[in-house]
Amino acid sequence: MNLPESTDLDSGTGQKLAPLAGRDKAATEQFVRANLGWMLAVARRIVVDGSIAEDVVQDAFSNVFRHLEAFRGDAALKTWMHRIVVNQALMALRKQSRRNEQPIDELLPEFDAAGCRVDEPSMLSHLAQTPEALLLSSDRRQQVLANIDRLPDSYRVVLMLRDIEELSTAEVAEMTGLTEANVKVRLHRARAALKKLLSPLFEGTAL
Amino acid sequence: MNIMPSSVRQRIRSIMFKLPLMITCAEFEEFITAYLDGSLNNKQRRIFEFHLAVCRECRDYLAAYRSAMTVTRDVLDAETADTLADVPEDLVSAVLATRIPQNRR
Repeated sequence: MNLPESTDLDSGTGQKLAPLAGRDKAATEQFVRANLGWMLAVARRIVVDGSIAEDVVQDAFSNVFRHLEAFRGDAALKTWMHRIVVNQALMALRKQSRRNEQPIDELLPEFDAAGCRVDEPSMLSHLAQTPEALLLSSDRRQQVLANIDRLPDSYRVVLMLRDIEELSTAEVAEMTGLTEANVKVRLHRARAALKKLLSPLFEGTAL
Repeated sequence: MNIMPSSVRQRIRSIMFKLPLMITCAEFEEFITAYLDGSLNNKQRRIFEFHLAVCRECRDYLAAYRSAMTVTRDVLDAETADTLADVPEDLVSAVLATRIPQNRR
Protein backbone atom coordinates (compact mmCIF):
# COMPACT_ATOMS: atom_id res chain seq x y z
CA MET A 1 0.00 0.00 0.00
CA ASN A 2 1.08 3.50 -0.62
CA LEU A 3 1.10 4.34 3.04
CA PRO A 4 4.00 4.99 5.35
CA GLU A 5 5.09 1.51 6.36
CA SER A 6 4.24 1.56 10.01
CA THR A 7 3.20 4.26 12.38
CA ASP A 8 3.27 3.35 16.04
CA LEU A 9 -0.49 3.18 15.79
CA ASP A 10 -0.27 -0.20 14.15
CA SER A 11 1.29 -1.90 17.13
CA GLY A 12 -0.67 -2.34 20.32
CA THR A 13 -3.80 -0.92 18.78
CA GLY A 14 -5.95 -1.40 21.87
CA GLN A 15 -3.63 0.53 24.18
CA LYS A 16 -3.09 3.32 21.69
CA LEU A 17 -6.80 3.72 21.16
CA ALA A 18 -7.73 3.92 24.83
CA PRO A 19 -6.89 7.63 25.22
CA LEU A 20 -8.73 8.37 21.98
CA ALA A 21 -11.82 6.56 23.12
CA GLY A 22 -11.55 8.54 26.33
CA ARG A 23 -11.31 11.69 24.18
CA ASP A 24 -7.92 12.79 25.41
CA LYS A 25 -7.23 15.99 23.51
CA ALA A 26 -3.49 15.55 23.03
CA ALA A 27 -3.85 11.93 22.00
CA THR A 28 -6.58 12.85 19.52
CA GLU A 29 -4.40 15.50 17.93
CA GLN A 30 -1.49 13.10 17.70
CA PHE A 31 -3.75 10.51 16.11
CA VAL A 32 -5.11 13.00 13.57
CA ARG A 33 -1.64 14.25 12.65
CA ALA A 34 -0.30 10.72 12.25
CA ASN A 35 -3.06 9.75 9.82
CA LEU A 36 -4.32 12.82 8.03
CA GLY A 37 -1.53 12.96 5.44
CA TRP A 38 -1.88 9.47 4.05
CA MET A 39 -5.66 9.65 4.18
CA LEU A 40 -5.61 12.89 2.20
CA ALA A 41 -3.27 11.29 -0.37
CA VAL A 42 -5.70 8.37 -0.81
CA ALA A 43 -8.67 10.73 -1.16
CA ARG A 44 -6.85 12.90 -3.74
CA ARG A 45 -5.99 9.86 -5.86
CA ILE A 46 -9.61 8.81 -6.02
CA VAL A 47 -11.59 12.06 -6.24
CA VAL A 48 -8.80 14.16 -7.89
CA ASP A 49 -10.34 17.50 -6.81
CA GLY A 50 -8.34 18.84 -3.84
CA SER A 51 -11.16 20.47 -1.90
CA ILE A 52 -13.47 17.50 -2.33
CA ALA A 53 -10.59 15.33 -1.09
CA GLU A 54 -10.42 17.46 2.07
CA ASP A 55 -14.17 16.99 2.64
CA VAL A 56 -13.69 13.26 2.17
CA VAL A 57 -10.97 13.20 4.83
CA GLN A 58 -13.15 15.12 7.29
CA ASP A 59 -16.05 12.74 6.73
CA ALA A 60 -13.71 9.75 7.01
CA PHE A 61 -12.35 10.98 10.35
CA SER A 62 -15.81 11.54 11.72
CA ASN A 63 -16.66 7.98 10.66
CA VAL A 64 -13.51 6.69 12.32
CA PHE A 65 -14.27 8.55 15.55
CA ARG A 66 -17.87 7.41 15.53
CA HIS A 67 -16.89 3.76 15.25
CA LEU A 68 -13.67 3.80 17.23
CA GLU A 69 -15.26 2.40 20.37
CA ALA A 70 -16.66 -0.50 18.39
CA PHE A 71 -13.30 -1.20 16.71
CA ARG A 72 -12.18 -4.51 18.13
CA GLY A 73 -8.78 -4.70 16.52
CA ASP A 74 -9.87 -7.61 14.36
CA ALA A 75 -8.07 -5.94 11.45
CA ALA A 76 -5.07 -3.64 11.61
CA LEU A 77 -6.27 -0.17 12.52
CA LYS A 78 -4.75 1.32 9.40
CA THR A 79 -6.37 -1.25 7.13
CA TRP A 80 -9.73 -0.42 8.69
CA MET A 81 -9.18 3.33 8.30
CA HIS A 82 -7.98 2.85 4.74
CA ARG A 83 -11.25 1.15 3.81
CA ILE A 84 -13.20 3.94 5.44
CA VAL A 85 -11.45 6.68 3.50
CA VAL A 86 -11.66 4.73 0.22
CA ASN A 87 -15.39 4.16 0.69
CA GLN A 88 -15.94 7.80 1.58
CA ALA A 89 -14.00 8.86 -1.52
CA LEU A 90 -16.00 6.52 -3.77
CA MET A 91 -19.24 7.99 -2.42
CA ALA A 92 -18.00 11.52 -3.10
CA LEU A 93 -16.92 10.52 -6.60
CA ARG A 94 -20.38 9.20 -7.44
CA LYS A 95 -21.81 12.64 -6.71
CA GLN A 96 -19.33 14.43 -8.97
CA SER A 97 -19.98 15.13 -12.61
CA ARG A 98 -16.95 14.39 -14.63
CA ARG A 99 -14.52 16.58 -16.48
CA ASN A 100 -12.66 15.74 -19.64
CA GLU A 101 -12.58 11.99 -19.72
CA GLN A 102 -11.83 10.25 -22.99
CA PRO A 103 -13.96 7.28 -24.16
CA ILE A 104 -12.12 4.06 -23.31
CA ASP A 105 -12.67 2.58 -26.79
CA GLU A 106 -10.34 5.17 -28.32
CA LEU A 107 -7.59 4.13 -25.94
CA LEU A 108 -7.56 0.35 -26.34
CA PRO A 109 -5.04 -1.54 -28.48
CA GLU A 110 -5.97 -2.43 -32.04
CA PHE A 111 -5.69 -5.70 -33.94
CA ASP A 112 -6.16 -6.58 -37.59
CA ALA A 113 -8.62 -9.21 -38.84
CA ALA A 114 -6.10 -11.99 -38.16
CA GLY A 115 -5.68 -10.88 -34.54
CA CYS A 116 -2.25 -9.29 -35.10
CA ARG A 117 -1.30 -6.23 -33.10
CA VAL A 118 -1.22 -3.05 -35.17
CA ASP A 119 -0.17 -0.51 -32.52
CA GLU A 120 2.55 2.03 -33.06
CA PRO A 121 5.68 1.10 -31.13
CA SER A 122 5.99 3.09 -27.90
CA MET A 123 9.11 4.64 -26.39
CA LEU A 124 7.72 3.47 -23.08
CA SER A 125 8.95 -0.02 -23.87
CA HIS A 126 12.54 1.19 -23.42
CA LEU A 127 11.87 3.10 -20.26
CA ALA A 128 13.25 0.50 -17.90
CA GLN A 129 16.76 1.82 -18.59
CA THR A 130 15.86 5.47 -18.14
CA PRO A 131 17.07 7.24 -15.01
CA GLU A 132 14.26 7.91 -12.60
CA ALA A 133 15.07 11.61 -12.26
CA LEU A 134 14.21 12.13 -15.91
CA LEU A 135 10.82 10.52 -15.48
CA LEU A 136 9.84 12.44 -12.43
CA SER A 137 10.63 16.03 -13.30
CA SER A 138 7.86 18.23 -12.02
CA ASP A 139 6.56 18.93 -15.55
CA ARG A 140 6.52 15.25 -16.35
CA ARG A 141 4.66 14.49 -13.16
CA GLN A 142 1.96 17.01 -13.97
CA GLN A 143 1.62 15.60 -17.49
CA VAL A 144 1.31 12.05 -16.18
CA LEU A 145 -1.32 13.12 -13.64
CA ALA A 146 -3.30 15.00 -16.29
CA ASN A 147 -3.31 11.91 -18.48
CA ILE A 148 -4.35 9.56 -15.68
CA ASP A 149 -7.23 11.98 -15.20
CA ARG A 150 -8.34 11.43 -18.80
CA LEU A 151 -9.28 7.83 -18.04
CA PRO A 152 -13.02 7.39 -17.52
CA ASP A 153 -13.71 7.26 -13.77
CA SER A 154 -15.14 3.75 -13.88
CA TYR A 155 -11.75 2.53 -15.17
CA ARG A 156 -9.49 4.97 -13.35
CA VAL A 157 -10.96 4.02 -9.98
CA VAL A 158 -10.41 0.30 -10.54
CA LEU A 159 -6.79 1.02 -11.52
CA MET A 160 -6.26 3.13 -8.40
CA LEU A 161 -7.83 0.61 -6.07
CA ARG A 162 -6.01 -2.41 -7.51
CA ASP A 163 -2.60 -1.02 -8.53
CA ILE A 164 -2.10 1.84 -6.11
CA GLU A 165 -4.22 1.09 -3.04
CA GLU A 166 -3.36 -2.59 -3.55
CA LEU A 167 -6.80 -3.90 -2.69
CA SER A 168 -7.69 -7.39 -3.90
CA THR A 169 -10.01 -8.06 -6.84
CA ALA A 170 -12.65 -9.29 -4.38
CA GLU A 171 -12.35 -6.17 -2.23
CA VAL A 172 -12.62 -3.87 -5.24
CA ALA A 173 -15.64 -5.81 -6.49
CA GLU A 174 -17.32 -5.41 -3.11
CA MET A 175 -16.56 -1.69 -2.84
CA THR A 176 -17.60 -0.78 -6.39
CA GLY A 177 -20.48 -3.22 -6.88
CA LEU A 178 -18.80 -4.68 -9.98
CA THR A 179 -18.36 -8.40 -10.51
CA GLU A 180 -14.84 -9.75 -10.01
CA ALA A 181 -14.63 -10.58 -13.72
CA ASN A 182 -15.55 -7.00 -14.53
CA VAL A 183 -12.92 -5.65 -12.13
CA LYS A 184 -10.28 -7.70 -13.97
CA VAL A 185 -11.41 -6.52 -17.39
CA ARG A 186 -11.51 -2.89 -16.30
CA LEU A 187 -8.11 -3.10 -14.66
CA HIS A 188 -6.59 -4.42 -17.87
CA ARG A 189 -8.34 -1.85 -20.05
CA ALA A 190 -7.35 0.98 -17.72
CA ARG A 191 -3.69 -0.09 -17.85
CA ALA A 192 -3.79 -0.51 -21.62
CA ALA A 193 -5.44 2.90 -22.02
CA LEU A 194 -2.89 4.49 -19.74
CA LYS A 195 -0.09 2.97 -21.79
CA LYS A 196 -1.57 4.68 -24.84
CA LEU A 197 -2.11 7.98 -23.02
CA LEU A 198 1.38 8.08 -21.51
CA SER A 199 3.30 6.95 -24.61
CA PRO A 200 3.33 10.37 -26.36
CA LEU A 201 4.88 11.94 -23.24
CA PHE A 202 7.95 9.80 -23.68
CA GLU A 203 8.48 10.26 -27.41
CA GLY A 204 11.90 11.71 -28.04
CA THR A 205 13.07 10.81 -24.56
CA ALA A 206 16.85 10.33 -24.61
CA LEU A 207 17.53 6.72 -23.77
CA MET B 1 15.60 -5.25 -37.86
CA ASN B 2 12.91 -4.09 -40.30
CA ILE B 3 14.18 -5.80 -43.43
CA MET B 4 10.76 -7.14 -44.42
CA PRO B 5 7.88 -4.78 -45.12
CA SER B 6 5.47 -4.84 -42.21
CA SER B 7 2.62 -6.19 -44.37
CA VAL B 8 4.71 -9.28 -45.09
CA ARG B 9 5.69 -9.70 -41.45
CA GLN B 10 2.07 -9.37 -40.52
CA ARG B 11 1.04 -12.11 -42.93
CA ILE B 12 3.73 -14.43 -41.63
CA ARG B 13 2.59 -13.78 -38.07
CA SER B 14 -1.06 -14.35 -38.89
CA ILE B 15 -0.20 -17.76 -40.40
CA MET B 16 2.18 -18.65 -37.56
CA PHE B 17 -0.35 -17.81 -34.84
CA LYS B 18 -2.69 -20.48 -36.20
CA LEU B 19 -0.25 -23.30 -35.42
CA PRO B 20 -0.93 -25.58 -32.41
CA LEU B 21 -0.15 -23.97 -29.03
CA MET B 22 0.05 -20.58 -30.69
CA ILE B 23 -2.19 -17.67 -29.87
CA THR B 24 -2.86 -14.41 -31.69
CA CYS B 25 -1.87 -11.01 -30.30
CA ALA B 26 -5.54 -10.38 -29.56
CA GLU B 27 -5.66 -13.58 -27.47
CA PHE B 28 -2.35 -12.69 -25.84
CA GLU B 29 -3.89 -9.36 -24.82
CA GLU B 30 -6.64 -11.16 -22.87
CA PHE B 31 -4.10 -13.00 -20.71
CA ILE B 32 -1.87 -10.09 -19.70
CA THR B 33 -3.45 -9.31 -16.33
CA ALA B 34 -3.53 -12.97 -15.33
CA TYR B 35 0.09 -13.38 -16.45
CA LEU B 36 1.23 -10.41 -14.38
CA ASP B 37 -0.80 -11.71 -11.39
CA GLY B 38 0.88 -15.08 -11.69
CA SER B 39 -2.54 -16.71 -12.02
CA LEU B 40 -2.02 -18.55 -15.32
CA ASN B 41 -1.56 -22.31 -15.02
CA ASN B 42 1.68 -23.84 -16.32
CA LYS B 43 0.33 -24.66 -19.75
CA GLN B 44 -1.23 -21.24 -20.23
CA ARG B 45 1.97 -19.56 -19.06
CA ARG B 46 4.07 -21.56 -21.51
CA ILE B 47 1.77 -20.59 -24.37
CA PHE B 48 1.81 -16.95 -23.29
CA GLU B 49 5.60 -16.89 -22.99
CA PHE B 50 6.03 -18.64 -26.30
CA HIS B 51 4.00 -15.93 -28.02
CA LEU B 52 6.11 -13.37 -26.19
CA ALA B 53 9.26 -15.02 -27.50
CA VAL B 54 8.16 -15.03 -31.15
CA CYS B 55 6.24 -11.73 -31.36
CA ARG B 56 8.29 -8.57 -31.12
CA GLU B 57 5.19 -6.36 -31.23
CA CYS B 58 3.75 -8.00 -28.11
CA ARG B 59 7.15 -7.94 -26.38
CA ASP B 60 7.38 -4.19 -26.93
CA TYR B 61 3.75 -3.76 -26.02
CA LEU B 62 4.08 -5.64 -22.73
CA ALA B 63 7.25 -3.72 -21.82
CA ALA B 64 5.44 -0.41 -22.48
CA TYR B 65 2.39 -1.62 -20.54
CA ARG B 66 4.56 -2.42 -17.53
CA SER B 67 6.45 0.86 -17.83
CA ALA B 68 3.16 2.76 -17.82
CA MET B 69 2.26 0.97 -14.57
CA THR B 70 5.65 1.83 -13.06
CA VAL B 71 5.52 5.47 -14.13
CA THR B 72 2.00 5.79 -12.71
CA ARG B 73 3.05 4.28 -9.41
CA ASP B 74 6.19 6.44 -9.20
CA VAL B 75 4.29 9.63 -9.92
CA LEU B 76 1.57 8.83 -7.39
CA ASP B 77 4.22 7.91 -4.80
CA ALA B 78 5.84 11.28 -5.36
CA GLU B 79 2.44 12.96 -4.93
CA THR B 80 1.91 11.06 -1.67
CA ALA B 81 5.31 12.16 -0.40
CA ASP B 82 4.38 15.79 -1.16
CA THR B 83 1.05 15.43 0.61
CA LEU B 84 2.74 13.90 3.67
CA ALA B 85 5.33 16.66 3.75
CA ASP B 86 2.76 19.41 3.61
CA VAL B 87 -0.36 18.48 5.56
CA PRO B 88 -2.80 21.41 5.51
CA GLU B 89 -3.06 22.83 9.04
CA ASP B 90 -6.58 24.14 8.48
CA LEU B 91 -7.69 20.60 7.72
CA VAL B 92 -6.08 19.33 10.95
CA SER B 93 -7.98 22.04 12.84
CA ALA B 94 -11.22 21.27 11.04
CA VAL B 95 -10.98 17.57 11.89
CA LEU B 96 -10.10 18.30 15.52
CA ALA B 97 -12.96 20.76 15.80
CA THR B 98 -15.44 18.01 15.00
CA ARG B 99 -14.05 15.83 17.75
CA ILE B 100 -12.79 17.94 20.62
CA PRO B 101 -15.96 19.83 21.65
CA GLN B 102 -17.37 16.44 22.67
CA ASN B 103 -14.81 16.43 25.52
CA ARG B 104 -16.96 18.85 27.36
CA ARG B 105 -20.16 16.84 27.24
